[in-house]
Amino acid sequence: MIRLKVNGASKQFDGDPDMPLLWYVRDMLEMSGTKFGCGAGLCGACTVHVNGVAQRSCVTQMKAVDGKSITTIEGLSAQGDHPVQKAWEQCNVPQCGYCQSGQIMQAASLLKEHAKPTDQQIDDAMAGNICRCGTYPRIRKAIKIAAGVQA
Amino acid sequence: MSVNIALVDRRGFLGTLFSAGAFVIGAQLLPVELDGAPTPLPDAAKAAFHPSVYLGIEPDGTVIAVAHRSEMGTGSRTALPMILADELDADWKRVRIQQAIGDKKYGDQNTDGSCSVRDFYDILRQAGAGGRLMLERAAASKWGVPPSECKAKLHQVVHTSGKTLGFGELAALAAQQPVPKKEELKLKAPSEFRYIGKDIPITDLNDLVTGRGVFGMDVKMPGMVYASIERSPVYGGKMKSYDDAEAKKVKGVIATAVIDPFKPPHLFQPLGGVAVIADNTWTAMQGRKKLKVEWDLGPHATWDSKKFKDELLETAKKPGRVVRNDGDVEAEFAKGGKIIEASYYVPHLAHAAMEPPAALAQYKDGKFEIWTATQNPQAVQDTVAAACGVKPSDVTCHVTLLGGGFGRKSKPDYVAEAAILAKKLDKPVKVVWSREEDLRFDFFHAAAGMYIKASVDQKGKPTAWLQRSVFPPIASTFAAGMEYGAPFEVGMGWNDMAFAVPNHRAENGPAKNHVRVGWMRAVANIYHAFAIHSFVDELAVAANRDRVEYLLDLLGPARNLELDKPWNNGKPISDFPYDIGRLRNVVQVAADKSGWGKRKLPEGHALGIAAHRSFLCYVACVAEVSLDAKGKAKVHRIDIVADPGMIINPDRVRAQFEGAAVFGTSIALMGEITAQNGVVEQTNFHNYPVSRMTEAPREINVHIVPSTELPAGVGEPGVPPVAPAICNALFAATGKRVRELPLKRQGLA
Repeated sequence: MIRLKVNGASKQFDGDPDMPLLWYVRDMLEMSGTKFGCGAGLCGACTVHVNGVAQRSCVTQMKAVDGKSITTIEGLSAQGDHPVQKAWEQCNVPQCGYCQSGQIMQAASLLKEHAKPTDQQIDDAMAGNICRCGTYPRIRKAIKIAAGVQA
Repeated sequence: MSVNIALVDRRGFLGTLFSAGAFVIGAQLLPVELDGAPTPLPDAAKAAFHPSVYLGIEPDGTVIAVAHRSEMGTGSRTALPMILADELDADWKRVRIQQAIGDKKYGDQNTDGSCSVRDFYDILRQAGAGGRLMLERAAASKWGVPPSECKAKLHQVVHTSGKTLGFGELAALAAQQPVPKKEELKLKAPSEFRYIGKDIPITDLNDLVTGRGVFGMDVKMPGMVYASIERSPVYGGKMKSYDDAEAKKVKGVIATAVIDPFKPPHLFQPLGGVAVIADNTWTAMQGRKKLKVEWDLGPHATWDSKKFKDELLETAKKPGRVVRNDGDVEAEFAKGGKIIEASYYVPHLAHAAMEPPAALAQYKDGKFEIWTATQNPQAVQDTVAAACGVKPSDVTCHVTLLGGGFGRKSKPDYVAEAAILAKKLDKPVKVVWSREEDLRFDFFHAAAGMYIKASVDQKGKPTAWLQRSVFPPIASTFAAGMEYGAPFEVGMGWNDMAFAVPNHRAENGPAKNHVRVGWMRAVANIYHAFAIHSFVDELAVAANRDRVEYLLDLLGPARNLELDKPWNNGKPISDFPYDIGRLRNVVQVAADKSGWGKRKLPEGHALGIAAHRSFLCYVACVAEVSLDAKGKAKVHRIDIVADPGMIINPDRVRAQFEGAAVFGTSIALMGEITAQNGVVEQTNFHNYPVSRMTEAPREINVHIVPSTELPAGVGEPGVPPVAPAICNALFAATGKRVRELPLKRQGLA
């Protein structure tokens, strides 16, 4: 039995311990904000926080999150008012929006580590998150706004 | 988008769009000939002549705007209701947007070709204005005053005396008003626009930053099962036998089922294969990996994309079918002037939308209910009907948000798979494609080989220009074995070449398809613009002239280009002339905004330019590029200038061109689908890379030329000039001329 917390709620899982966290969250907990993009940790659409740090849920097996605390986009803020989410709205970042849960979770994790990130730190943190619509300039701007550094 | 799509058994999704008391105004109340523009496009235009219900007003005053086109990131789900709400003079805060199901009564719903605003601007304005007039007349009758004294203003009708009635209060009475004729409608003057031309956040913005947006991948309903499908590794292959014993041993696997192979032409039929059905997505995928399938790989099993490239380039050196002929190129070549010639190549490309294809289908009492991310819900109806032996009217297609489309999701093979399985299993089935399937079984953007030859005068200006383009045509989707481009393919930046050259011939040579070929954002414009604008740069360099000045010289004076039966994106040339003046203007503005010839660039950086009209929109792009220490191209900055005519939501228009700069950068730097023994070699983002933040241009400046011309496209036309601008900049920076994409293949990215 694997025990974990998802957005603060205690959960138990007794299925295949190799199952990726992504599919547990999406298909079993029925929280669809975390997206499937590649299944191989290459695109970042599935990014969640594991014990507060951004991680690709599509390559994180359930057995690796026993005893861990998971935060998904649904749990990032109670009212959708995390500074990153607010900055995302201010900059009208999303186009199709599919990758944006992952982008936002990655950016929120970045700002925990570097409250005032440099461009290089933004590049390093965000390079794993693909946006096929090409919203990168707005993502960079929104991160800077959320961080209160000059955009 | 409302969350209840995710739980389709709940209220709302299966219910009717409007409550019983709603005042429903549709464009069907207007005469059919309202949209008088004739158009040579077979379906889009005809469908636009059959408009229907786009608008309703509830007794509580809620205005319901029906979004009948698909939202894949272009903002049409917001822009179209903005047009309607503006003419109605509704309060945007009280407008609720409802996504339409697939139904011909809404007109054309195929959301591709950058035409949502272009094709529905007039229709939605008229629907809004008709509603406004009926509300004003309703108020007049209630007050017993002449209608001329009543005017709709921000969700209420105001009498000259100052008294008011809200839209909701008037809904029932307005519904009894006679249908206004077209002549009675008074459209707003642009100065009266409340929303059109203003930046309005997309209606789904908050949902998309909180994870509540519902995509095709996200739909679910009680009792549904998940399917993952094994398909022939080679296009056209057929299953000989399969062994599912190991697959069925996987805990959670429920069943396996066969999907028959397509019958040519492949249209949007499923490729066929073996499905593994399980109680969750991952288990279905795991089960599929345990299948043992023997394939008859068929005639394409020897296809090699390297040899194919050589064939395309060889064919382009031979005479092809003439698609435009001005003057006499051969006679001019024979005069013995200086000849410049070059061959260009753009490989097959994949759409690689972030959301892989996914669809949920339910079969009940002989009818299908579908939830999916589709650009074309009516094609879903037709394709499912043909695959499952029902009538299109027996297929209800609900449209979710699309996690990107770029043309892939207008081809609903994946939806037909879900429908076939739902019928076989008698359960709701969700088909989920993996990224590997998405890349290997795409309807690929065509590879193209092109050849251009020009004779030039002493000033380096062409006196004759011959161009040949060879690509497996999209036409092969609809008629097996087609080898020549359809009119829309040669009409995209090829037989409408803009330059003032007295002797000009455009040709199109034959090529067979070995994979499914389909339209991808900007379609044939991608390779045609790459060849033509690389060649222009070569001519300018050979002439030792400034490339902007040379380009303007080549375009010649401002005038309307005279074209013989132009495709013109399916629009009459009388409405949308090919205006060289507008193309010249975007070139000049791009030069100006990018600091062409004036801005001091860092050491090793250089600029390149390209300009292209597509989807009736004029676009110029200047790229700033350098080689880094490892010899890899770095795109630092893109300045992109567009003249799309009138625009609805400027921020979303800018976003489309920002995105096009990134999409075009992917094409230039890294996009390439290859195959050996008929098997596509790319499987995920490690070997089909697309631009990441670190590869995308750091700075993208978009400038939209203010215009009152008819609205043109914005979703696609930004893409074509980007790759040639980047390669031209790279040449200016390094002296390396790249004639084959992507740069990665040349070791330059």
